[in-house]
Amino acid sequence: MSVIEVSELRKSYGGRAVVDGVSFAVEEGEIFGILGPNGAGKTTTVECVEGLRVPDAGRVRVTGLDPIADHEQVTRVLGAQLQQSELQAKLTVREALELYATFYPRPADWRPLAERLGLTEKLTTRFAKLSGGQKQRLFIALALVGNPRIVVLDELTTGLDPRARRDTWQLIEDVRAGGVTVLLVTHFMEEAQRLCDRIAVIDRGRIAALDTPEGLIRRSAGATVVSFLPSAPLDERELDALPELASLAAKDGRITLSGTDATVNAVITLLARHHITAHQLRVTDATLDDAFLDLTEATA
Amino acid sequence: MSSPALDTAVLRTEVRLFRREPGAIFWILLFPTLLLVILGSIPSFREHDDSLGGLRLVDTYVPIAVLLGLILGGVQAMPQTLTGYRERGILRRMSTTPIRPVTLLAAHMVVFAGAALASALLSLLVGRLAFHVRLPEQPFGYVVALVLAVLVALSLGSVISALSRTTKIAGALGSAVLFPMMFCAGLWVPVQAMPHLLARIVGYTPFGAAAQALDQAAAGHWPALTHLGVLAGWTVLLTTVAARRFRWE
Repeated sequence: MSVIEVSELRKSYGGRAVVDGVSFAVEEGEIFGILGPNGAGKTTTVECVEGLRVPDAGRVRVTGLDPIADHEQVTRVLGAQLQQSELQAKLTVREALELYATFYPRPADWRPLAERLGLTEKLTTRFAKLSGGQKQRLFIALALVGNPRIVVLDELTTGLDPRARRDTWQLIEDVRAGGVTVLLVTHFMEEAQRLCDRIAVIDRGRIAALDTPEGLIRRSAGATVVSFLPSAPLDERELDALPELASLAAKDGRITLSGTDATVNAVITLLARHHITAHQLRVTDATLDDAFLDLTEATA
Repeated sequence: MSSPALDTAVLRTEVRLFRREPGAIFWILLFPTLLLVILGSIPSFREHDDSLGGLRLVDTYVPIAVLLGLILGGVQAMPQTLTGYRERGILRRMSTTPIRPVTLLAAHMVVFAGAALASALLSLLVGRLAFHVRLPEQPFGYVVALVLAVLVALSLGSVISALSRTTKIAGALGSAVLFPMMFCAGLWVPVQAMPHLLARIVGYTPFGAAAQALDQAAAGHWPALTHLGVLAGWTVLLTTVAARRFRWE
């Protein structure tokens, strides 16, 4: 069952189309990523889902409800962590958690939540005195304190150190394991690759691709990367003629090429035929990074 | 179906936050009474003056002190807080919860109004106990005038907040409005001592009308309908402008 449905969403500011016909559906219990370069329209899209912005055109439904017309009902099932927001400077962490818990009909117990997010020692600290990472973790806690069915996280781990980032990823996986659907906005590939079941790559207000992380990587032209130091010089023309070759580079005698499994097999055959040994042979899968650059470049 | 504009948890939080603002507490709650005490300590302020209809200057300064807390809070403190709530995305964060952001604005206004009324009460009590200033002889009329003055201060503060994109602008706009408002309330020259024409003109400003209405009620008369009408008119006008111009983000 789709808990979020977005179809043909459009939103312009000052005549410039920021979101230009975006459609996707998020299934219950999945972690759905929205990935894209800065200014691609990711935040505007999720703000329409959160009911913070009125779309110019298109349809948005959250558990079948309209985020604008049924705003209050939507806020009860959807928790949000915004990219930029603050709290009252002199409000303490504990007071913020307690206050936001009162807003919801069936709130979560904020104590274990604070504990999971490493905020227990900061409960009496005022918001203005928190570090960037602590503020971020507090906002994640506030997004979850209402026991939502869906949680929208915009730039979840920005400002977190690598350890806090990994802890947060684990938390998000736990949250999903508890049955909560997660809509995640990020421009951080590792995060998307690790967490998301499916990813919509948004570029210039449109969906450039929508697939699983593996699917996106497979789709990119240079899905497999081979590099080696040949024991004897190779004829470049022969390399150029390799099947399904996506890229080829030679530097300091090391040859790096990318393509598909067919390319890899052909390289090995070629080397064997010439009795050339491949020293320091490395075969790696391309990362989501490569796929992302490929996808967003294609539309540029 | 929408939640009520007042929420006890939000209100409790705003009361708590107000208690953490020593600046606001001083200027709204204590400063007006402190000024009254300083002025009342000057012997000439305690001499009966025929040009004031036999009143002492200190008598005329009690209503001014009552209004001063309102003015300082209404045009200086409140608009900056409300604008900051918008500027820093606090209202936006609240829009993603079942509680509407107007709840936060309303709670802050209630806290401010409560502080202003407490300040007024303190000025009246200190005036009575320290300088034998008679308590309002028409208490009901006094309360009506005071409530209208609080409403006009709230609406003026809301307009400043609505017209200010940033807290800096709200601060500057507040300061620009502050001095004329304090003048009209009679801080430099009590309304009773102003030349007749000036007093009439000042009577059409929110706090000039409030000062004159409070004076009349203090002396035992029902405040003139023109003064109450001026207060109500300003409140309606300013509230309308604030509601039309206020932006949630």
